[in-house]
Amino acid sequence: MVLTVSPEALHRIRVHAADAYPEECCGLLLGGERDGGKEVLDVLSMGNARRESRTRRFLIAPEDYARGELHAAAQGLGIMGFYHSHPDHPARPSQFDLDHAWPWCSYVIASVENRVPTAVKSWVLKDDRSGFDEEIIERRETVPGARLRTGP
Amino acid sequence: MATRVLIPTPLRAYTEKKDALLLEGGTVGELLASLTAMYTPLRRHLYDDAGALRSFVNVYVNDEDIRYLQKEQTRVTDADTVSIIPSIAGGRS
Repeated sequence: MVLTVSPEALHRIRVHAADAYPEECCGLLLGGERDGGKEVLDVLSMGNARRESRTRRFLIAPEDYARGELHAAAQGLGIMGFYHSHPDHPARPSQFDLDHAWPWCSYVIASVENRVPTAVKSWVLKDDRSGFDEEIIERRETVPGARLRTGP
Repeated sequence: MATRVLIPTPLRAYTEKKDALLLEGGTVGELLASLTAMYTPLRRHLYDDAGALRSFVNVYVNDEDIRYLQKEQTRVTDADTVSIIPSIAGGRS
């Protein structure tokens, strides 16, 4: 699968990941679906609700998720997935990511090394929860249009 | 008696893209059982292997988290709205 992400959204994920270093950052991917593929037009940064272990864990609280969904809907967008950073760690999902993953959503992970953002990759949970499949990130300007759906 | 259950975006791929369903049940547990009976693949995403609701699955009756009510035994009526709201968790290790 391919995840289309606007250059501005990708830039904001990288900046958030660098700013949060050495802690993990997190946020929502906002956009829609077109011809069965997800398109990310915007991101909404979220505070890391974890009190402890913030250098290796993140949490988006349910009330923050609900606010994010309203924010997206107000722009005519939907939640396509989530992003977070892996400080000094590869941009691939951990067992903890797998244990807590929601289906269908894209999980964009940004690796940060010494405050410098490096690889950004996207992953989708397999239907049987056995692991993730990697999505190709296509960096492209996206334009909201009539064919853009806001959910699965 | 049917209670309105709001489905979050990540689960709509399993509910024929519906964002709300009217489901039968007198408790939250019975509503979720109705939901997973209709859409069997949802079960593995809502419940762990031991049959407990996954920690990142939050269920509210109106604005109240069922963890602070009677959990899955929380009674519902057709005047209530039940929401499934995700927590999003993860991290490098």
